[in-house]
Amino acid sequence: MPSTQQLKDLTTQVRRDILRMVHKVNSGHPGGSLGCAEFLVILFNHIMHRKENFSMDGKDEDLFFLSNGHISPVFYSVLARAGYFPIKELNTFRLINSRLQGHPTTHEGLPGIRIASGSLGQGLSVAIGAAETKKLNKDPHTVYALLGDGELQEGQNWEAIMYAAAKKVDNLIVTIDLNGKQIDGATDDVLPMGSVKDKFEAFGWDVIEVKAGNDIEAILDGIKQAKVKSAKAKPVCILLETIMGNGVDFMMHTHAWHGKAPNDEQLAIALKQNPETLGDY
Amino acid sequence: MKTYTNTGNKDTRSGFGAGLTALGKTNENVVALCADLIGSLKMDDFKANHPERFFQIGIAEANMIGIAAGMTIGGKIPFTGTFANFSTGRVYDQIRQSVAYSGKNVKICASHAGLTLGEDGATHQILEDIGLMKMLPGMTVINTCDYNQTKAATLAIANYNGPVYLRFGRPKVANFTPDNDVFEIGKAIRLTEGKDVTIVATGHLVWEALEATKVLYENGISAEVVNIHTIKPLDEDAIIQSVTKTGCVVTAEEHNILGGLGESVARVLATKKPTPQEFIATNDTFGESGTPAQLMEKYELNSAAIIKKVNAVMQRK
Repeated sequence: MPSTQQLKDLTTQVRRDILRMVHKVNSGHPGGSLGCAEFLVILFNHIMHRKENFSMDGKDEDLFFLSNGHISPVFYSVLARAGYFPIKELNTFRLINSRLQGHPTTHEGLPGIRIASGSLGQGLSVAIGAAETKKLNKDPHTVYALLGDGELQEGQNWEAIMYAAAKKVDNLIVTIDLNGKQIDGATDDVLPMGSVKDKFEAFGWDVIEVKAGNDIEAILDGIKQAKVKSAKAKPVCILLETIMGNGVDFMMHTHAWHGKAPNDEQLAIALKQNPETLGDY
Repeated sequence: MKTYTNTGNKDTRSGFGAGLTALGKTNENVVALCADLIGSLKMDDFKANHPERFFQIGIAEANMIGIAAGMTIGGKIPFTGTFANFSTGRVYDQIRQSVAYSGKNVKICASHAGLTLGEDGATHQILEDIGLMKMLPGMTVINTCDYNQTKAATLAIANYNGPVYLRFGRPKVANFTPDNDVFEIGKAIRLTEGKDVTIVATGHLVWEALEATKVLYENGISAEVVNIHTIKPLDEDAIIQSVTKTGCVVTAEEHNILGGLGESVARVLATKKPTPQEFIATNDTFGESGTPAQLMEKYELNSAAIIKKVNAVMQRK
């Protein structure tokens, strides 16, 4: 198991990857990517039971589905640094003929991806399907999914949330990136959602709140709590309160960097705040 | 002229149900999902025989398509069942991203397609589904003509790896194709040999084409009926071969003229063998309530309409 310091170092390197990837092509979504860096680093390197060689079927291993596909930079960086494909391939993000499309896809055969996502609100249903197949196959592993909070405005999620509880899909741990921001501003301004916790609980889910969603120990503790609650006839949801743009001071606490790349000067400042730890791609 | 016997009217959706029942016994990876229309889709037997492999999703078609896509991960072969409208138009983006673009082995099985749904009216009578599905890269589109062919197609698509749209209907119609025929995806079936005109028909219009052919024969016109059960991939060679002989074609489908089989045939002929063509299809319109027979007559989708179009297209040779 990696130490807390190792997870921190990896997170810092992932942040550098995210910033350099979006800067190079002057497009992509750094804000949400930076906010979820700690969580995905921990999930892939400390929590999930993964097989060395990627197979689409993912039998006898844990699975992860990213529903908010626009945070592809963090997903690609974490996948590459977990060994799914060469780290130097991060250099091809959003370029023509790349396997690293703007939004993740199975279409170009990139190892680690099991579903296309980008059009929001679809990932939870897919994760439920994969979880149902694991039950049919008597495969005891867990299915994880990550959703954005703004994405909960999509109605399909609530069909899926209702289904998972009604059908006792309890080999499923869903994390909501509760950063309170979406493209047009604060989620509370765009379409106030009220209490996400109350809604999930009303639908019959077990809910775990992680208030410090960018703190390694807090995230680890939250996921471990979720594991304890899983396989008990209820799906489990982690409400992960993250800071959009975390780790780069001028990107934090604003929705401005949801889908905007830094310029040369901004990149230099951002990278200075996140010194190289494991080597740039 | 080769003739076909109606062995008794049966609904194509029951052919789907029978196929699914058979698959339940022979293929343990087949799972079935339904959005609150088990009886209409004839999925009762599969549900009773394999409750652990049957998934009642409720009235939530988007979720159903997503769950089906996810179930393929780990080797299951999901068959989703609901009306054609809710199988396509309602869930287009879910099919596009989670099934087609993701290359998932999902079988989208759709009943009550077209006008012959009847009295429920235009909200349920989708006439755009073939177009919607054929535009999706990698999607196979099948529209079967009778009970036996629908059963055979249901069995065949389980053995094909890739997304499939299987379209069938509500009413009892002539059952005339052989029992236990092997269904070859993408392979047209020449039902009658003729030299004057080709009739390329799909779905419920195939029997109407055969009925028209009898009348045409009495009038001295020899019509070649080609049953296109697979609209995509289209058996281009069979169509070109037939029109090379006859010199003109009528396409016939229970679908909008925009985006249907007729346009696919026109594309092939325009690029490879320019040929006079007439279309039996709805003309950019919604349907309405009525009996299936009344609707097929009003919207000119029956054997009488085919005869008119044959006479028109032969004038253009």
